[in-house]
Amino acid sequence: MKELRLMKGNEAVAEAAIRFGVDGYFGYPITPQSEILEHLMAENPYPKTGMVVLQAESEVASINMVYGGAACGKRVMTTSSSPGISLMQEGLSYIAGAELPCLVVNVVRGGPGLGTIQPSQADYFQSTKGGGHGDYRLIVLAPSSVQEMYDFVGLGFDLAFKYRNPAMLLADGVIGQVMEKVEVDDYKPRWTDEYIKKSFPWATTGKNPNQPHVIVTSLELDSARQEQVNLRIQAKYRECEKNDVRFEMLHCDDAEYIFVAYGSSARICQKAIEMGREKGIKVGLLRPITLWPFPTQILRELSYKVKGMLAVEMSAGQMVEDVILATENRIKVEHFGRFGGIIPSPQEVVTALETKIIGGK
Amino acid sequence: MNESIIKPENLVYRRTPVLTDNVMHYCPGCGHGTIHRLIAEVIEEMGIQEQTIGVAPVGCSVLAYNYLDVDIQEAAHGRAPALATGIKRLKPDFFVFSYQGDGDLAAIGTAETIHACNRGENITMIFVNNGIYGMTGGQMAPTTLEGMKTSTSPYGRDIKMMGNPLKITELLAQLPGTIYVTRQAVYKPALVRKCKTAIRKAFENQRLNKGTSFVEVVSNCNSGWKLPPVEANKWLEENMLPMYPLGDIKDVK
Repeated sequence: MKELRLMKGNEAVAEAAIRFGVDGYFGYPITPQSEILEHLMAENPYPKTGMVVLQAESEVASINMVYGGAACGKRVMTTSSSPGISLMQEGLSYIAGAELPCLVVNVVRGGPGLGTIQPSQADYFQSTKGGGHGDYRLIVLAPSSVQEMYDFVGLGFDLAFKYRNPAMLLADGVIGQVMEKVEVDDYKPRWTDEYIKKSFPWATTGKNPNQPHVIVTSLELDSARQEQVNLRIQAKYRECEKNDVRFEMLHCDDAEYIFVAYGSSARICQKAIEMGREKGIKVGLLRPITLWPFPTQILRELSYKVKGMLAVEMSAGQMVEDVILATENRIKVEHFGRFGGIIPSPQEVVTALETKIIGGK
Repeated sequence: MNESIIKPENLVYRRTPVLTDNVMHYCPGCGHGTIHRLIAEVIEEMGIQEQTIGVAPVGCSVLAYNYLDVDIQEAAHGRAPALATGIKRLKPDFFVFSYQGDGDLAAIGTAETIHACNRGENITMIFVNNGIYGMTGGQMAPTTLEGMKTSTSPYGRDIKMMGNPLKITELLAQLPGTIYVTRQAVYKPALVRKCKTAIRKAFENQRLNKGTSFVEVVSNCNSGWKLPPVEANKWLEENMLPMYPLGDIKDVK
């Protein structure tokens, strides 16, 4: 029986990092995720596990500290919220270009600009389409509970190291702030330097005698070789799309309509399904767990069986574009969302399904 | 050649094995090659090649990683001190150094520079100041002198419009996190030897774990300054050094 704790989503991220054996955390305070850095500082894991926790001077510095640690083969992470994540895009592009693994948590708040500190899902484009310059992707996991905030820290690192690519937890202010029951793991030891040196020949772990030195860089000035770098990175992404799409289906077996929603919107849709089914509407939920790679194939299959889909997201309509691409205009697909930090009610979601999909032309 | 004269006792100079065999891309007369060599020699002499991790910048020395035969990471423009922080914090037993030019360290990376020094990161920072952006074709740098012509100050740097040359090294010496802050040059053999001593000290300081060691090297840019190498060095002495005087600025015992 695992230990049970009552925690905020943000605290769960911090606790998971310590217990998973993360080597380093570099972060900068920003609402609504400052509890992560606060919890880590209060727990002071260094004497216990050797995990380094450092408050940086900016998000720009945080992500570049992550680069330095990741290039040493260490498990390093940072967390922030939307405006801070925007500042990290340069660093993320370099990390993806240098093919380094790391974990970034974005507890999304409303934008654009300084926006609001209230929850939002308006960073979908930024997270799933690259975000910074150049052709790259982040592996994006969308937790919809505090337990998943905890679990996806380890999963995120596993995927990041599997593909040598940054992984992101795309949460939102609701998931970051809400308190729920969490099963926590025992403390796992951090990787030893010997293990890292043996396992990751790409990492700067100190030059081995009689072997070439390790250079970690995203620079390749020769166009032919730079194209090869890009092709290698893209091949990796095709592998990831093939092997690591994750999603959850709820009441889809007999469904005529499907909500497509992730994170806290998926939680709202669960209630909306109950309300809809009480009214006789056969509606289910497809919850993407990986936003990239996106569950395109299952949505395509569902599009042959159902009459319509409603993408429910706290944005002006971002993920809906991927749902439309997946369903190939076979069925009606619409978006419903609130933004600016407003969380839609289940009733609003049901009404949107009725007016935009069932009653819509 | 008479091979018989190749004997240890006849050795007057040997190229350090901490430099790779790659041919450097630097312009003839450029100081970078000399500064690379000094770092490499210090690493060799301290016997720390296998315990050193470097961070290369963006700028002319972006390819420093092709020449210095240690494990090395390439940073985004200005971010080398942040990378170095991440490395040193996670590998405190390693010798970590960053290598940056003036645009990298004193313009786009000012925040990372100041805060790494203010935290007293136990690293060695090498700062090569030639008052110009060399790689991008000779634009104005934060350290460009008043009246100095560059491609973005073609009529000379106008202080009122373009701001003042930034003496960031003096600024960093004010921070309690720095333990050794010095300004050196490599345009004369005697200065090369002095500079090497300073770099050696800046690396040795990491054993003390007391704070940041910072070595500025005032250097030249023949191409950007549009001067032949000898004249460039003369220009450096007459114009750069009055603004950026050589010597130790801070040395905490």
